[in-house]
Amino acid sequence: MCDTCGCTITAGNAHLVESDHATVEVLTDLLAANDRVAAHNREHFDEHGVLAINLMSSPGAGKTTLLEATIRALGERYRIAVIEGDLETDNDAARIRALGVPAVQITTGTACHLDAHLVHRALHDLPLAGLDLLFIENVGNLVCPASFDLGQHRNVVLLCATEGDDKPAKYPVMFRAADLVALSKADLLELLEDFSPARAEAALRALGRDTPIIRTAARRAPSLDAWLAWLEQELSAPRAIAPPAPLQRASNVTV
Amino acid sequence: MHELSICQALLDEVAKLATSHAASGVERITLEVGPLSGVEPELLERAFEIARVGTCAARAELAITVPEIMVRCNDCGAASRAQPNRLLCAACGGYHTRVLEGDELRLRAVELDIPEARSSPIH
Repeated sequence: MCDTCGCTITAGNAHLVESDHATVEVLTDLLAANDRVAAHNREHFDEHGVLAINLMSSPGAGKTTLLEATIRALGERYRIAVIEGDLETDNDAARIRALGVPAVQITTGTACHLDAHLVHRALHDLPLAGLDLLFIENVGNLVCPASFDLGQHRNVVLLCATEGDDKPAKYPVMFRAADLVALSKADLLELLEDFSPARAEAALRALGRDTPIIRTAARRAPSLDAWLAWLEQELSAPRAIAPPAPLQRASNVTV
Repeated sequence: MHELSICQALLDEVAKLATSHAASGVERITLEVGPLSGVEPELLERAFEIARVGTCAARAELAITVPEIMVRCNDCGAASRAQPNRLLCAACGGYHTRVLEGDELRLRAVELDIPEARSSPIH
């Protein structure tokens, strides 16, 4: 009996000593579980003919104010609902409800983004039947929300006039995900000489994107024409479409 | 800090693989995390230290490879390397490009402890 030649190993105890490593090749997308639920959410939206828009920006860029102005402008013609994402409080949902529009607040606690599961849960409190347009106001953050598909049809990113015009260069993943970039609080541009809309557009183009850029102003001197025109165009467009890039990652696409 | 959410998704996937292969533990996890994935490898490593506690991957090593960004120009057809915030064609300077590599967020391989390991590769 020794410990070197293997003479002590029998059929009965071999499994105790022959433990070894085996490498399993996988190539699974790490967000596959989220993406499955996102696809499920998208099916819900499509089934009810609802256009779902994921609205993202830094905190304070004017997402809720833009939604309030949008509801005032389109609320008579389209049935609108809003899912609000914030770490805490239901202040934003209360602002939307005050306009007579259904709103569900998701409080994420410490989580810095919405994911498809959270949105799916919110859909249980929000009857989609009869809706035309659902806004999902993501947590104010230019980093994390970009990585999570929620099932939306379009991503809209606000770039606020009080932020730097180099934001697209600093947050390329977020701005690459945008289907529309809106320069919000654009009525302040005349006061903010440091912000150059041309530089913001150049930074966006450097990301390899043709994404349209529009200007919005929702308070002092309201200017919503380009935004409302874009929404109307999206509402009338057929909606059996692929999820927006880059949430559909190149690595998943067989060329 | 969405890296923690990503880690939880990763560990769910790894646990499924370990169960289906009747593994007694996980030795090594290999990921591909592109610069355009929106995930920071260093933060992911730190989040993994926390998230793995009490799971089948409690003692696993996390190996992350970071692929370079490659784009192809839709105008001139050239493929070139690029930077995360400068995805222009290196040949013609145009911005009508698409990303070929660099946005991966992928579980590539898992090395499992399997009693009576099979000698042939497992798929």
